[in-house]
Parts: sequence; C-alpha cells; structure tokens
Amino acid sequence: MFSRAVRISRAAPIRAAAQRVHAASIVSRRTVTTNAASAQVDKSSIPQSDEEPFSVRLSDESFETYELDPPPYTLEVTKKQLKQMYYDMVVVRQMEMAADRLYKEKKIRGFCHLSTGQEAVAVGIEHAIQKTDDVITSYRCHGFAYMRGGTVRSIIGELLGRREGIAYGKGGSMHMFTKGFYGGNGIVGAQVPVGAGLAFAQKYTGGKKATVILYGDGASNQGQVFEAFNMAKLWNLPALFGCENNKYGMGTSAARSSALTDYYKRGQYIPGLKVNGMDVLAVKAAVQYGKRWTEEDNGPLVLEYVTYRYGGHSMSDPGTTYRTREEIQRMRSTNDPIAGLKQHILDWGVASEDELKGLDKQARNHVNEEVAAAEAMPHPEPTPKILFEDIYVRGSEPQFIRGRTPDENFYFSN
Amino acid sequence: MKGSPMRALSRALVRGSTLTPSASAAFLVSSRQPYSTHPPNAKLNLPTDYSTTPLLFQTSQSALANPELSPEVRNGTTKRMNLFQAVNDALSIALAEDESVLIFGEDVAFGGVFRCTGKLAETYGGDRVFNTPLTEQGIMGFAIGAAAEGMRPVAEIQFADYVYPAFDQLVNEAAKFRYRDGACKRNAGGLTVRMPCGGVGHGALYHSQSPESLFTHIPGLRVIMPRSPLQAKGLLLSAIRSNDPCVFMEPKILYRAAVEQVPTAAYALPLSKAEVLKEGSDVTIVSYGQPLYKCEAALRQAEKDMGVSVELIDLRTVYPWDKEAVFKSVRKTGRCLVVHEAMINAGIGAEVAAAIQGDPQTFVRLEAPVARVAGFSIHTPLLYEALNAPDIARIYDNIRKVLEY
Repeated sequence: MFSRAVRISRAAPIRAAAQRVHAASIVSRRTVTTNAASAQVDKSSIPQSDEEPFSVRLSDESFETYELDPPPYTLEVTKKQLKQMYYDMVVVRQMEMAADRLYKEKKIRGFCHLSTGQEAVAVGIEHAIQKTDDVITSYRCHGFAYMRGGTVRSIIGELLGRREGIAYGKGGSMHMFTKGFYGGNGIVGAQVPVGAGLAFAQKYTGGKKATVILYGDGASNQGQVFEAFNMAKLWNLPALFGCENNKYGMGTSAARSSALTDYYKRGQYIPGLKVNGMDVLAVKAAVQYGKRWTEEDNGPLVLEYVTYRYGGHSMSDPGTTYRTREEIQRMRSTNDPIAGLKQHILDWGVASEDELKGLDKQARNHVNEEVAAAEAMPHPEPTPKILFEDIYVRGSEPQFIRGRTPDENFYFSN
Repeated sequence: MKGSPMRALSRALVRGSTLTPSASAAFLVSSRQPYSTHPPNAKLNLPTDYSTTPLLFQTSQSALANPELSPEVRNGTTKRMNLFQAVNDALSIALAEDESVLIFGEDVAFGGVFRCTGKLAETYGGDRVFNTPLTEQGIMGFAIGAAAEGMRPVAEIQFADYVYPAFDQLVNEAAKFRYRDGACKRNAGGLTVRMPCGGVGHGALYHSQSPESLFTHIPGLRVIMPRSPLQAKGLLLSAIRSNDPCVFMEPKILYRAAVEQVPTAAYALPLSKAEVLKEGSDVTIVSYGQPLYKCEAALRQAEKDMGVSVELIDLRTVYPWDKEAVFKSVRKTGRCLVVHEAMINAGIGAEVAAAIQGDPQTFVRLEAPVARVAGFSIHTPLLYEALNAPDIARIYDNIRKVLEY
C-alpha cells in the first residue's frame, strides 16, 4: 500500500528571507558528509602551547541548513581540548563495551541500549555548552550521563542494580540523571516536551542558559515532538532540539517510517541545522552556534546529527536483519568518530602516536577500575524504606508493607 | 550459595528491620548473583515448571476435551505451540478468514520484537501487515478510524508501557464511538489492540508494567488477558471478531515459557466469561494471566498442608468481568482471595472485592474478608521485580489467613 504512495517533497520553506535564498539553495544541494576526519588546518598556525587556540576549517559538507545562515566553518580549538575530546570519546566507548561484556555475562539484565558509534554527539555537545545548560535525551543515554558529570562507576553500578548506581540501581540502563542532565527517558519522544519545559524555566529564570534536547529519528514521528516545537517557537524558548539520526528507528529505516527524512526541516517554522554527527568538531561548532543563537534570543533551533550506531537497537537486537554487515563495517572502518579525530590529532601534530596510546591506556584503565568498583558495590540494603522511597516525599514511606507482616517470617526462612 | 539478596530482603522486610550482621555477610557473598533469580533452598518460591503444570495441556486429548470448543474442533488435531506461536496462529487465521483484518504496529512486518507477527507480512502482503512509525497515539487513532469504516484492525503497541500516549484515543475515541454516534450507529468495534504486559524479572520502569486496571475503568472497552497458548488463540480470535473495541494483553513472560497443545482449527473462546480451572469448596482464588501458575502451585501446597480444597478461577476478561461465576463460587466457599501482578491500589482486586461485598447474597456467605495479593504500590523497580509481583509464599500465606480468620 505505502510502497505505491508517490513520494513528494513536503518541505517547502515558508518564509525564505530574500537574502538567504541564494546561500540556502547552494547549501541545500550538498549533502552532509559522515566523514569523521574531513576538517583541515593550516599546520603552520598550530601553536606549541596546549592552551593556545588555533583555527580549524571544517569541511564544506559539515552542515546543511534550513531557513538559517550556516554556522562559521572555522572553529577555534586548543590542543588540550582536542585531546580531551579524544579521551572522552574513548572513555564512552570503553564504558559501552564494558556494559556489553557485563550484559553478555548476564550480570546486567533487562533492556540496555548502547551508543557505540555515536560518541561524537554526546562529546561534541558537552564541549560546546556550559555546565549550567541542561541536556535531556532518550534511553541511549550512558554517554550523555558520563559527559554531564556522572561517573563511570555510578553508570555501570546502575546497570548492575547497585545502591551506589546513579539512580540507586532502580532504573537500570534507560534512566540516568545527574546535575544538568534530565535523563535517560524510556518512552520514545517523551523527553522532548519535557525539554521544552526545561528551556522555559531557563528563560524565565534568566542567565543565558539553553537546553539541548535529543531524540532519535524514530522518535521524531511522535506527536508530542511537534507539540514541543510549537510551544518552543511560540514562546521563543532557548531550546536546541536535536534529532540523533542513526538511520534506524529500532528495526525500521528512516525512509520507511518518515515522510520527510530531512529531520532538520521538521520544525517547519523553526530554523534547522543538519550536522555531520560523526565529526566531533562539527558537532561542537554547530552546538556552539546554536547556543549563541539562543543567547541572542532567536528562539529554538532544530538540529539533526547524522550519526550511526554500530550495535543493534538494544542488546537483544543483533542489528543485522534490517541492514547489511557491509554497511556497518564500512561505517566502522571509514567514518568512525574516534579514528577520525585520532587521524586529525596525528596529522596536525597535536600529539604523538605514543601520547595517544597513553591516552587510550589511561581511558581503558579508568573504565576498568570503575567497572571493578561498580561490581564490588553492595546491593541495596533490604529495607521497606528503600523499596518505597522516592515515590512520595522522602520520609513519608510506610513503616510496613501491605501484605507482608511479621508472621510471614516462617515461610521465608527456608 | 546461601541467602540470596531477594530472600534476605524478604526476611528483612518481614522483620521491618535492616539486616543482621550475618545476613549482611551473606548478602555481600551473594552480590555476584544476577538480580532476578529464585531464592535457593526455597520450599515454596520455586520457579514455575511450565512443563508439568496442570494449567497447560501436554496431550492432544486433554486439550481437545475442553467443553468450550465446538464438536468440529474437538474432532480435529492439535499442535504444540508456545504463546507467541498461538498468537501468530490466531492472527494468521483472522487474516485468512476476513479481508478486512489489518495488522500494523512498530516492526510488526519483521515479526515484531516478540515474534508474534512472524511471516504474516510475507503471507498476506504488505498492504495488510505493515510497520508504522514510532507513534503510539497515531497508531491508535489510525486504527480507530479504520475500524469506524468497518475494517478490523489489529494494532500492536510494542509494550503495554508505551500505550499511554494512545490512552486518550482509547478512552475518548474508541470507547465512546458507538455511544456518541447514536443514530448513525457507527462504532470502533472492529478494533483490537494487542500489547505485551507484565514482568520479565528485569524490565524495570518501562518494560514491565501491567496497566490493565486503567482500561477496566473505561466502559466500552473489553480488556482481556489470556493465561496460556490455547486460551490466547481462542480469545484473540474472539476479540478480533468482536464488535467492541478490545484491549488484548499478553503476559510477555509466557511468550516462550508456556507451551501446550493447541487445536489447529479456528475456534473462539467466550469473552467476559470466567473459567473455573479447579473446583474446590473452602477458598476461591480469583486471578488472571501469569499469576495463575503461582496460584496453582500455592493452592496445591496449601491443600496438602492444610487439608482443604481450593477453587481457582481465571477471569480471562478482566472487564466487563464475569461477576456471576465469582459470586457463585464465593457463595459456595465463603472465602476469597484475588491475585494479580499489577499494583494493589485501585486494581482488579479492589473491584472484585468490592463487588463481592456489594452483592447481598454473596456478602452474607463470607466467612472472611476478601484478601488481595498483588504488586506493591511502587513503580516496577529494576532490582525488586521478583519481590514486587505476588509470589507463591505470599499466596500460600493468604490462603492460610482467610482460612484461619
């Protein structure tokens, strides 16, 4: 039935400002690359010092825009920042791999969604915003939780169901919260209007803060996403909506589920910006630009991070029934965000191969230590207080549990 | 390994105190144990053995002896199926017998996450079995519109936990359609919504909920939960053929675990009719879905230990439910407990208990207050899922309580 439907473009710009038409039409002919190592730099401009900034020229194919002037294609970075971004991406990947291993060892149970391949999005965003800004995302949240300040041990501890886990071990994979980070939401798309609310509070309380709201290409078809768009534009909220387009909503490819796969145009009356989500530098540049956009009181933006997940939708999905192994292999071998940045760092002489190996080792050791610490964490204390806490105001938990009385004791002692 | 976290927790909950030093030590020793296992050395809380439970028909003869089946079906053959295969069989029959049956939902064309719709798209074509975007409210409204035109859509919500965006459509559109359409006489009765529900041991907040009682508050909806493959096939076919919008909830833990002989022919089982699974004279247990297996284990032990006879009733349709069958049984036994996995507050147990005490002829026969054994009033936590759902010990203990009242 639907295969017979004629595909028509539903993306007619509604208010193209005359001076933008020219630039927009040129840009819109290009497609965003997913090359993770497409930026260039004038090597003679690279300073000795780790702290001194220098300019990186991003690829012309880093962005596509909708009703928006493209962000600057030059990005100021320092050697220190580049190395930090590299380290952060390696930690996130190592952490996800540790979760994968623990899951396969049946120490982590239930539902677990990994972001292997998508590290540049979480890391690039964090390197573009301040701690006072807010981030809210979907269930593929481990990397964001770490970048927002959650420790690896608290994240792995949560997956293992331990009391020192980031949500006391009661949520598991999909529900992680830390300062400035509002989850970790298990319901597809539910975080988007919540994010609009966060942005409203930020605008209300002042202080040039913004909210980065993430959702997947699958979630972008949920009605509440559009409800959030409308409120954000209506009230000019500092909301950076961002579709992490990893090409597949669970097992359905974007083109099979979305009438318009240009997710950055989905805001219709909200300007859009499509970004190479495999290049951490492009993500950083785009989000910095978006942050400034909101600071200038221009209201929301709809970003689209073009990325790719290497693994299945969740641990129970092998991820190979709806796409080819070759496709996965090609993305891994040619567009990997970590390998891409590594190539830049080496080419530009930011760090030596040995230095990077040192960073790899440091990241691996850190994750290993943290995982060991998480595995050694005790289970929650077995008290009714813990079972009932955080449902209502703390301290108001019942002192006993209905259906469990002292005379039951006999039946539970063997 | 002695002293699993779960059992230690149970004990400590019972005492209402924190762990003793020795229990703490056991707790630490056992910290490597995965969090969703059964307590070792337990006498009552043993894992359900689906291959021996009398609730599942292991032989063709026993399956075909069911008096609810028509003579033609009873003269037919059976096939061993688990619950997802039985659902698949029912869907396949529905698609084959009625051109207006449609199946859609998230990833259903690939077979769905629980394999219930496997091969249907290949057999019946992508026009009739297709994937939808991730848009629950849209799926439901779309299904209601199609049903209003006389189609028989079978919409799948991938997990019952995801149904809430579609709740408005179910409550305000599907349920009220016939009532508000009045003289035009259109309705959304062709609609069937399937959704997997219930615990799996480690589903946590958004993959283990049992929201059936929310739908039972809504006149106009029929809410059904099967206990077994044979029941699932017959009840699902009834739901699809029914001219009322039906919410069909499938306990996901049974998809692969529950295997039995299922008649191969098409057959329907009655909606809004309870089934007495075992007759008894001293206590009535009312339940539905997966907890029936735990009820069965508990009552078997109780009958042995206490020398009583317990009646077990499967509600099957939890709304509109079969009051007469329950009243009849309670008038005979005088004692009743209601068991369900969903939380106790405003649950099915509350409705059944209130109906029993509200019926004068049944009320006067009561020998003990109606007991409810259900989930605690908490969100489904990752770690405590097995503790939260009613276990055999809790049911056993409540049988004793209503007997000793």
